[in-house]
Amino acid sequence: MISFTLFNYWAVIVLMMVGFYTLISRDNLVKKLIGLNIFQTSVIMMYVSIGKITGGTAPILMESGDHGGEVAVDAGHAAVEVLYSNPIPHVLMLTAIVVGVATLALGLSLVVRINEAYGTIEEDEIARKDNAR
Amino acid sequence: MGDPGMIVLFTVLLPVVGAGLVLLLRKNENAREAATLVTGVVTFAHVLALLRLVRAGETPRLDIVQIVPDVWLSFEVEPLGMVFALVAGFLWPITSLYAIGYMRGHQEENQTRFFFFFAIAIAGAMGVAFSGNLFTLFVFYEFLTFCTVPLVTHHQTEEAKKSGRIYLGILLTTSVGLQLVAIIWTWVLAGTLDFRTGGILAGTASTGVLSAILVLYVYGVGKAALMPFHRWLPAAMVAPTPVSALLHAVAVVKAGVFTVLKIAVYVFGIDLLQTLTTTTWLAWAAAATIILGSLVAFQKDNLKARLAYSTISQLSYIVLGAMLANEMGIIGGGMHIAMHAFGKITLFFAAGGIMVAAHEKKISRMHGLGRTMPITFGAFLIGSLSIIGLPPAGGAWSKWFLGMGTLEADQLGLLAVLMLSSLLGLYYLLEVPVKAFFFKPLEDAHHKDGIHESPTPSLIAICITAAATMGLFLWPDLFYELMQMVVAGGAQ
Amino acid sequence: MSQNLPALLVVVPMLLAPIAALLNRSGPAWVVAAGGSWFAFGAAVQLLRRVMTEGVIVYSLGGWAAPIGIEYRIDMVSAFVTVIVTSIAAVGVIYARVSVADEISEDRHALFYAAFLLNVCGLLGIAITGDVFNVFVFLEISSLSAYSMIALGHDRRALTAAFQYLIMGSVGATFIVIGIGLLFVMTGTLGMMDLAQRIPEVWASGEGDRTIAVAFTFLTVGVTLKLALFPLHLWLPNAYTYAPSAVTGYMAATSTKVMVYLLMRFFFTVFGEQFSFDRMQLDMVLMPLALVAILAMSLVAIYQTNVKRLLAFSSVAQIGYMVLGISLGSVLGVAAGIIHLFNHALMKGALFMAMGCVMYRIGSVRIEDMKGLGKAMPWTMAAFVGAGLSMIGVPLTVGFISKWYLVQAALAQGSWFVAAIVMVGSLMALIYIWKVIEVAYFERREDEDEIQEAPLSLLVPTWALVAASFWFGIDAGTTSQVAISAAETLLGVMP
Repeated sequence: MISFTLFNYWAVIVLMMVGFYTLISRDNLVKKLIGLNIFQTSVIMMYVSIGKITGGTAPILMESGDHGGEVAVDAGHAAVEVLYSNPIPHVLMLTAIVVGVATLALGLSLVVRINEAYGTIEEDEIARKDNAR
Repeated sequence: MGDPGMIVLFTVLLPVVGAGLVLLLRKNENAREAATLVTGVVTFAHVLALLRLVRAGETPRLDIVQIVPDVWLSFEVEPLGMVFALVAGFLWPITSLYAIGYMRGHQEENQTRFFFFFAIAIAGAMGVAFSGNLFTLFVFYEFLTFCTVPLVTHHQTEEAKKSGRIYLGILLTTSVGLQLVAIIWTWVLAGTLDFRTGGILAGTASTGVLSAILVLYVYGVGKAALMPFHRWLPAAMVAPTPVSALLHAVAVVKAGVFTVLKIAVYVFGIDLLQTLTTTTWLAWAAAATIILGSLVAFQKDNLKARLAYSTISQLSYIVLGAMLANEMGIIGGGMHIAMHAFGKITLFFAAGGIMVAAHEKKISRMHGLGRTMPITFGAFLIGSLSIIGLPPAGGAWSKWFLGMGTLEADQLGLLAVLMLSSLLGLYYLLEVPVKAFFFKPLEDAHHKDGIHESPTPSLIAICITAAATMGLFLWPDLFYELMQMVVAGGAQ
Repeated sequence: MSQNLPALLVVVPMLLAPIAALLNRSGPAWVVAAGGSWFAFGAAVQLLRRVMTEGVIVYSLGGWAAPIGIEYRIDMVSAFVTVIVTSIAAVGVIYARVSVADEISEDRHALFYAAFLLNVCGLLGIAITGDVFNVFVFLEISSLSAYSMIALGHDRRALTAAFQYLIMGSVGATFIVIGIGLLFVMTGTLGMMDLAQRIPEVWASGEGDRTIAVAFTFLTVGVTLKLALFPLHLWLPNAYTYAPSAVTGYMAATSTKVMVYLLMRFFFTVFGEQFSFDRMQLDMVLMPLALVAILAMSLVAIYQTNVKRLLAFSSVAQIGYMVLGISLGSVLGVAAGIIHLFNHALMKGALFMAMGCVMYRIGSVRIEDMKGLGKAMPWTMAAFVGAGLSMIGVPLTVGFISKWYLVQAALAQGSWFVAAIVMVGSLMALIYIWKVIEVAYFERREDEDEIQEAPLSLLVPTWALVAASFWFGIDAGTTSQVAISAAETLLGVMP
């Protein structure tokens, strides 16, 4: 049964495949990087979806003293009145985003250098130039 | 002379020291050669010292370093190893003497490298002889393989390169591919790699498995040149003759058959061997090698090649002796190590002498040479007799015991093989002195004038080994005694 | 100080990296890098000693205990791996001084040393962290620095090689993240020890079986991509071939080793032997791949004409040995894998460094250009022969020790077939090593006298590794003891 509540996971899978396919099938190095980035972004979305709890709010401790400062980590089972989203996956993704940016930056700078060295960023042409030597 | 263990260590290390000296004295040829000779003599003196201990019933032992838990690099001198060490230790200075004459007479290049690796190879042979367990044996076995490669490829020609490939290829394929597997298997089964009288494998696994391990071992010792793993030996003949003489008639090949004997006696034990199905089968494989080797030797016109195939054939005598799995066979095999060594080295010395003096390699062109080189060919005759197994040469004894062994094992077929091989030997070896002494010199021989005997140092060496070959017929007691100790349970 | 040693091990190289970059001059940057590497080496040895006497060291970062905080967890396996990485780094950084000066333009030296330190930091982090997401972070630190170091190679193909590695490496890392995410969904934790406890519970409850299996698959594929297990090795040959010599020597000896460690960590600690081998039947997948890697990659290596490339393919084959050890799933097998990590690091590092010496003098590592080097560069080629003997597995070298344990493990399980392939592999190693030796020693060259021996600053590190590969081949007591107790830790078999 395909539950509509899981639609964001379907989006994740679709994005993942789009990114992966682009990465594999394109000869243009920049397009490859774009594919890689879509691929990575899909994973970020997956994590964000994991942490989100329906009806949950940002995990900031409420002012009200009634709740005794109880924090719901595993909101699915805890019977507390204030639902918090799980912050851990979100925090993890901050790191992953940074890593993704760094990878992209390095990748693009490599593409620039490749363009300087070969005069092209098409993989097949690069291969041809290497073999011609 | 101090601690027996130290003597063992010195015996193995002295040739290495000698090699170092050779390297140091490379600027002065005479000093360099003197270094080789002196180390050779001192090494042999150490071997003799050990011999005295062994005959007194001791087994000097020295554990050097533990490689992995319970596996040691260790030395132990027992009678069988003593036989091998005596032969190698005695023949090294002699061969060096010969090599001096040969290398100078032949104006070989890179003599320093030659003498250096020669000494190193002897260290390897001593290590094999005195190895205290299977692991150590394997270490020195491989060591010997590697340090003889520069000798085989000495001339650095295309042919030498090709031979080097065959040499390394076959020896390493068999040793790593088969022997090492067998050793590790033994370790897994028996939990030890020590040599013990009566063997370590008895009762550890089914007969089928042990039979398989035996096959791995016997074929894994490629240096024993059991067909079809014999090709490296003729290939190694591109080396200068002293190398062929000492290493490929004595040190390397004897290390191989010695290993087979040692494994048969101390890893399997005679009693276990008799129960294994593959033992007889391997005996017949050895018999086939004996005959085939002789037949190929028959067809070779190149003297060194003929001697090489003769060696292949003779080595299988020893494997056969081991696979007869009875006392007589083992005694015969062990004695044949010594007897064949002296006989064959004489033959190689003579062949090298002929090459240097008359520049002839082919038997068909040796007509009449005996008249100008009587001593060389006389020695060749004596060597031939020993290989064939006729008095008055030492080979007669080992053949006698091997024959007794076949009778004891009720293998008349194998006895017939021994006889047939002797007959073949009679032809292919005696052809050379007969042609040299009784045929007229060839008309077109380019060397008609100016032929003389081999160079003097070589001639002395030839005379010594020829005399020793005859001496062993009169006094074979030493080797017999040592082999008796082996079958009687070592020095326990 | 010594209390915080686990953190310092990672933090010191990390903090020194920007300093090296800021110094922006070759000499001072090298001093910083060397200092960092040697400090890490000392710390790693110290930690290994402590683990050997006192047992597992747990260090909670910032005082927050797991599972809330991140913990560093140093047991026998991780301590051993840190020693491998740091020892190679310490030797490699000495070697790098001259080699880098030769192959990389002056203005990039400081950046190179910064990247080098980051790489060391990342690899060490992977080895000692007890948190799976932290693994990913360190993995990316080490990978990104590795990409940039490879791209510094003087051949323009280094750029494409680095790019290819970047793409494949990032995919692998992302796979790992997916796997970690799925595990988090099912267990709600990221700590390795926590996971190890909860995964069997979830698995036993029957509900999360499929998700955990998928997580396992993603992690396995991701890590094997990074460690270049056949057939996911495609990035490795080019990367090793075109990277600067110093980088190749260092990376070949460390990065794939740490990935093998990570694989073991996931299989045995996180998922547990039962899940990995009984549920996922890992041995059915890994063993054939490892065996094919050994045979096929050795065969490919035989046909290479560029020696660095030849050695790279040989590395892929050697990774097969390590994975084969893991796939046997027994203490002996895993111990064989672990000890081969160390042993292969020594010999492959030495081989690549010897090639670096050749590169330094003749500017090429093609086989046909190596004619006559046996005479012209005797020490370099002797180092190659020495380390080559180890590759072949000659007794008294480390290569033999690896083979000894691996074949023993195979035979103990009755897999004589596996034992046979291991042996065939070492014979193939003989062929490709001999190919180089033959050309170097048997062919002559005209300009023999013009070529000089490599400088001491290259030779000494190279020979240090060669000597170590003999030393630990002769006295393998310590290493094998460590490897076996590491394997016992992993498999949860307490002696």
